[in-house]
Amino acid sequence: MARAKSLRARNLSCRRGGRLIFEKLSFALKSGEALLLTGPNGVGKTTLLRGLAGLLPLEHGEIALSPATDQPLYEQLHYVGHLNGIKTSLSVAENLQFWCEYYGGPPLNEERLETVLARFGLDPIAQLPGALLSAGQKRKLALLRLAVAPRPLWLLDEPSVSLDRASTRHLRDMIAEHLEEGGMAVVTSHIPMSLAFAHRLDLGKRRAS
Amino acid sequence: MIRAALALLGRDLRLAWREGGAIGTALGFYFAVIVLTPLGLGPDLNLLSRIAPGILWVALLLAGLLSADRIFHNDYEDGSLDLLTLGPLPLELVAGIKSLAHWITTGIPLTLLAPVLGLLLNLPIESSGFLVLSLLAGTPAVSFVAAIGAGLTLGLRRSGVLMALMILPLYVPALIFGVATVSASITGPASPWAPLMILCGISLASLVLSPIAAAAALRAALR
Repeated sequence: MARAKSLRARNLSCRRGGRLIFEKLSFALKSGEALLLTGPNGVGKTTLLRGLAGLLPLEHGEIALSPATDQPLYEQLHYVGHLNGIKTSLSVAENLQFWCEYYGGPPLNEERLETVLARFGLDPIAQLPGALLSAGQKRKLALLRLAVAPRPLWLLDEPSVSLDRASTRHLRDMIAEHLEEGGMAVVTSHIPMSLAFAHRLDLGKRRAS
Repeated sequence: MIRAALALLGRDLRLAWREGGAIGTALGFYFAVIVLTPLGLGPDLNLLSRIAPGILWVALLLAGLLSADRIFHNDYEDGSLDLLTLGPLPLELVAGIKSLAHWITTGIPLTLLAPVLGLLLNLPIESSGFLVLSLLAGTPAVSFVAAIGAGLTLGLRRSGVLMALMILPLYVPALIFGVATVSASITGPASPWAPLMILCGISLASLVLSPIAAAAALRAALR
C-alpha cells in the first residue's frame, strides 16, 4: 500500500500569534521508520503535526514525500488529533464506513468491518451510536480510521490518551504493523510505548539550546 | 472523488434526518410566523392576499437561516472538519456538498410547506404553482449563501445573530425576484416567467460562487 519511500521535512518554522514556535526544524524518515516527538506541554508538538498535515500554515520550509506522486501530501497522510471526529448519532460501523468511503479505502464489507473492529475489541458494539461510547472507545474508533483506508504517513497526536493498557498495546502493534508494511509515522506521546522509534526529536531541548 | 462526495452527502442527510431538530425547528418556525401574521393584521382578505408573497418569502428566509449555522458548526466542534480537509475533495466541494445537504433538508421541506401556508394568507390557489416554483428556484441560493455566513462565524458564540446580520442583505436580490414572480402571477400584467428566470440565474450564480467564498472562510477559521 505505502508507495512513498521517504518523508523529508526541511527548514520548517512556524509562528503563531506573533510567537515563534519553532524554526529551522528538519528531519527525514524512511519507509518503515517512526519519529517520536517529545517535549513539555506548549512546546509545539501539536503545532508541528498540524503543520505537517497542512492544517496550519507554516512560515517556511518544505515537506515532501518521495518518490513524488500526483497526490498531494494531505491525501497521503492520516491525522489523529485531540478531537476524535466521531458523529454521535451515527453507529460505530457507520462512522467507520463513512471515513472508509470518504478516504477512498477498499470497500468495507461485513467481514472486513468485523476484522477491523475486532482489532480493538469494538465488534460487539458495532451498532451502538457514537453518543453512547466512552472516551476510550471513541479514541479507539478514531484510530480504526487509520486501518480502513491505508495511507503511508500517520501523524498521531497523543494517540494513547484515554486508552487502557491492553488497548495501548494494540495501538503499538497497529503502528508496528504499519511500519512493517513500509509506512511511516510521526507520534507524540507522554506515555512510553515500547515501540522501536528510529528517530526522536525533543522539541523542549531544541528550544533550550 | 465521486464516491467521497456521495459518502459526504449521504452522511449529512442521514445526520440531519437522525438529529431531526433542525428540520423540525425550521418548519415549526415558518408555520408559527405565517399563522401569527393574519392574527396580527386582522381578517382583511384583500390585504392578506396582497402581502402573502412577501410574507411567505421573508419568513422562509428567516426559517432557512435558523438552521444554517449548523452547516459547518458540528463538524468543526467534533474535529471532523479537520479530517474532511485531508480527503480527496477540495474544501470548495466540501462546502458545496454541505450546502446542498442543507438545501435538501431545509429548503425542500419549507418549499413544500409554503403552498399550505399560502392558504392561511388567502393566496389565490392558482398562484400556488408559481409560489412553489419561485421557492424551488430561490431556496438553493438561500442555503448556499448561508454557508458563507456559517463559515465566517465558525467557532464564534451566538453565531446565529451575527450570521443573520451578515447574510440577510445578500438575500435581497433573491427576495425581490422571488416576490416579483409570485406577485406577477396574482396581479399580472407582466409575465411571472421573467423574474423567475432571473431568480434561477441568481441561484445558479450562488451555486458556483458561494462554495468558493465559504471555503475561503473555512480556511481562515481552521487556522
